[in-house]
Amino acid sequence: MAHLPILPILLPLITGALLLLPPFQNTMPRQRLLALVSAFIQVIVAWTLLNTANTEGTQLYVLGDWQPPFGIVLVADRISTLLVLLTTVLFAGALLYSCAGHDKGGQYFHPLFMFQVMGVNGAFLTGDAFNLFVFFEVLLIASYALLIHGGGKQKTQSALHYVILNLVGSSLFLFGLGILYGTLGSLNIADMAMRIRELEGGEAILAKVGGLLLLLVFGLKAALLPLHFWLPKTYSSASAPVAALFAIMTKVGVYSILRIHTLIFGAEAGELANIAIPWLWPLGLLTLAIGSIGVIASPGLKLMTANLVVVSAGTLLTAIALQSEKATGAALYYILHSTLITGAMFLLADLIARQRGKAEDRLVKARAMAQPRLLGVAFVLCALAIVGMPPLSGFVGKILLMQAAEETMDKIWLWPLILIGGLLSLVALSRAGTTIFWRTTALAGTEERVHPFEFAGVFILIMASPLMVMFGGELTDITSQAARQLFDFSQSVEALVPQTTQGGQ
Amino acid sequence: MEGIYAFCVGLLTACGIFLALRGRTFPVVVGLTLLSYAVNLFLFASGRLKINAAAVLGQSEQYADPLPQALVLTAIVIGFAMTAFVVILAMRGRADLGNDHVDGRLPDIQARQRNRTLRK
Repeated sequence: MAHLPILPILLPLITGALLLLPPFQNTMPRQRLLALVSAFIQVIVAWTLLNTANTEGTQLYVLGDWQPPFGIVLVADRISTLLVLLTTVLFAGALLYSCAGHDKGGQYFHPLFMFQVMGVNGAFLTGDAFNLFVFFEVLLIASYALLIHGGGKQKTQSALHYVILNLVGSSLFLFGLGILYGTLGSLNIADMAMRIRELEGGEAILAKVGGLLLLLVFGLKAALLPLHFWLPKTYSSASAPVAALFAIMTKVGVYSILRIHTLIFGAEAGELANIAIPWLWPLGLLTLAIGSIGVIASPGLKLMTANLVVVSAGTLLTAIALQSEKATGAALYYILHSTLITGAMFLLADLIARQRGKAEDRLVKARAMAQPRLLGVAFVLCALAIVGMPPLSGFVGKILLMQAAEETMDKIWLWPLILIGGLLSLVALSRAGTTIFWRTTALAGTEERVHPFEFAGVFILIMASPLMVMFGGELTDITSQAARQLFDFSQSVEALVPQTTQGGQ
Repeated sequence: MEGIYAFCVGLLTACGIFLALRGRTFPVVVGLTLLSYAVNLFLFASGRLKINAAAVLGQSEQYADPLPQALVLTAIVIGFAMTAFVVILAMRGRADLGNDHVDGRLPDIQARQRNRTLRK
């Protein structure tokens, strides 16, 4: 299949368009069926693509046969395909959940959901910096509409912040790209990585400004410390399936930092080597700390989960700042774990909130739930995985990360923060669980039950955690190979640009 | 030419940032628009400023880099769509929240002043 690498982008696009057309347009059951079938196919395609990239090496898809570095390319290597698979699995879970009736809150839920996935997949797969911007916009505009899906004061309020911040972010992205194009004369990421070594003096300073502007933009998406204030409110006010899908969005920022700042501004960049690290390391650690404080200070379960997203973003950014193969491999494992589990937690928080009547997800004494056992077991599994207790995937992820910090100075900073952060999450989550499940009045809250679709969605996402431990060996093989591929300059850069074009400027 | 061009981009950016930092949605939207104008001009300049140079080979003595022009076109389209969206969102915010402040509620001082004028 020569066209396999572009399918993760085309499938959601075509499905999204079909969903807007007659046989599906006005009938919810047909829309759901088509969306679910498409999601299923997407998971299979992503799985095949990962297998292909794993066994046959990086797949380079040259759009319109315009040879790199001139045309747009898609790069399906181990990292990008792994993240595409992650996106589709998360998407499938969130979609199943939404089919229980959450998609009725406003029009065009399913098409928008598809376009969002298309943007995320595109951002992962593209090998062109401007194309990355375009896919960012695709996923953003879908997310703007999804965020206010269902309506309500809170959503409008947080959407206003989110949209304005991201519009400023987009402008900065373009400024950064303009500067980089002006100095490097190329937008193909691999080609930029080759050319950046030749810069010196004034040009190098300009390129540095461009690179740091991009770091600012990706930091905004990934919720790096001073730029993360929008996240808790936005994520906690979004409707459950949307919030679950949004769990992947911070990872898009993290991935872009990985692409741009370890490839282009990596160790091989001459004068501009590792420009992002002096910022990323302390800010990542601070994000981790602030996120943990946010977790313990949250008055509600949704806000707590949103703060857990900040914690995971901080952990990931710190791991990337270590700039080693081992740390990046560990970060990749942690991305898979944290995205799926925080996604599940958002869904679970909504289920819990709906069965508690007026108290919703706030941590106060309230009426008992209709199905405390089912939700309780799910909550315990989720909480254990997030906190990082054995035997679930959070434990493996955190161990891998802590092992990756090899130098003593790194250990001194990283270990206490990860461990204390974990402890704070444990305290906060057990307090939340105790309040929600045990401090109840005798009366049952509502008659609402968990819908089979909802159960299936949450089940898929939570089951990922034990599966990630059971197949931990295979998975860490892939992640460590993916990281090796990224840090091997000849594989991640030189192989992607035809040798004949070098020195052609 | 470069001087005037750079000055214009800088002025637009400065005005855009100033307006984007205001408290009400309308100036913020205008600020974002100005910022996107500045970005478009800036992107255009990333291919170097040339006079009498077509973006097609063989049409003039010198040729201009066509890529920034394509980029600007993309950026304009996207910027336009985003501006339309944020205008609608701001109007919806005005309707849903009852005021046009970006935080969805007036700062305390302003709210108190308004209450006082209402009471009179």
